[in-house]
Amino acid sequence: MATFNVQVTIENKPGISDPEGETILNDLVLRGKYESVSKIKSAKMLRFTIKENSKESAQLKVQEICDDVRIYNPLVSKVSIDVFDA
Amino acid sequence: MKVGVVVFPGSNCDRDMFHVLTDVFHLDAQYYWHDKGLPENIDAVILPGGFSYGDRLRAGVIAAHSPVIKDVQKMSENGIPILGVCNGFQILVESGLLPGVLLKNDSLNFMCEWTDLVVENNKTPFTNQFELNQKIPIPIANGEGKYFADDETLKSLQKNNQIVFRYSDVVNGSSNRIAGVCNEDGNVVGMMPHPERAVESEINPVDNKPSSLIFESLLEKMGVKN
Repeated sequence: MATFNVQVTIENKPGISDPEGETILNDLVLRGKYESVSKIKSAKMLRFTIKENSKESAQLKVQEICDDVRIYNPLVSKVSIDVFDA
Repeated sequence: MKVGVVVFPGSNCDRDMFHVLTDVFHLDAQYYWHDKGLPENIDAVILPGGFSYGDRLRAGVIAAHSPVIKDVQKMSENGIPILGVCNGFQILVESGLLPGVLLKNDSLNFMCEWTDLVVENNKTPFTNQFELNQKIPIPIANGEGKYFADDETLKSLQKNNQIVFRYSDVVNGSSNRIAGVCNEDGNVVGMMPHPERAVESEINPVDNKPSSLIFESLLEKMGVKN
């Protein structure tokens, strides 16, 4: 068993409005004249610390937890999962 | 007739609801803490507003895993009238008892103001005393009140007459201005606005009678004469 840090990023699916990201883009970043920025998406990040046999099993276990207890609402959100050595 | 008011950690409209049920409509109401089951002799269940679990992760999701929800699910299958108000509505959608989801308002603000609802379905246990299209002046108080469902779900909601209330104006970006929906059987209703804050003339600056009809509909459904 090894300990892993697993980063879960919850963000809206494409097509679901993200007023927070839009406000940060239009009213903060573009107002600061950083015109090369075309999009900002807001997201929520959770960091799990978990003991598992491998990176792969850590990834699968966290995905299972996210689906089972509805860490994200699949109607409107998706999660991406990144595993790091603790 | 006994009405159960379910209390979660962070509910804050439970007492307002209890007061309206008992003092205004003279019903036998009882509080039920979320980590216990509901007795079988309950005739209606209300999930009140508030901020269960501080809205952590997202509004309603943690409460949706409370032990009491299994009993609410059973009661829903048995046709018992169930009303979720504000956070109660959020808990009902997160537990899968009602379709759709409630997202942050387009304004990203916590919105606390009077709105007008329009009654779209007057067949539910909470709307049977309304005329179709009747207006209800009623307050909202929420940060995550924007109802969202995908196009397919919206079509089936429309087809099955599951849209119970709409806002008469665009308020928060809700799909099709939806403010309240019911399940396919019509016995489970969720709404973002707060009827319990609108049924008494002392605290309603517009007209308290339409909101009262929500509770009078329940009395009618249960055959209670006050």
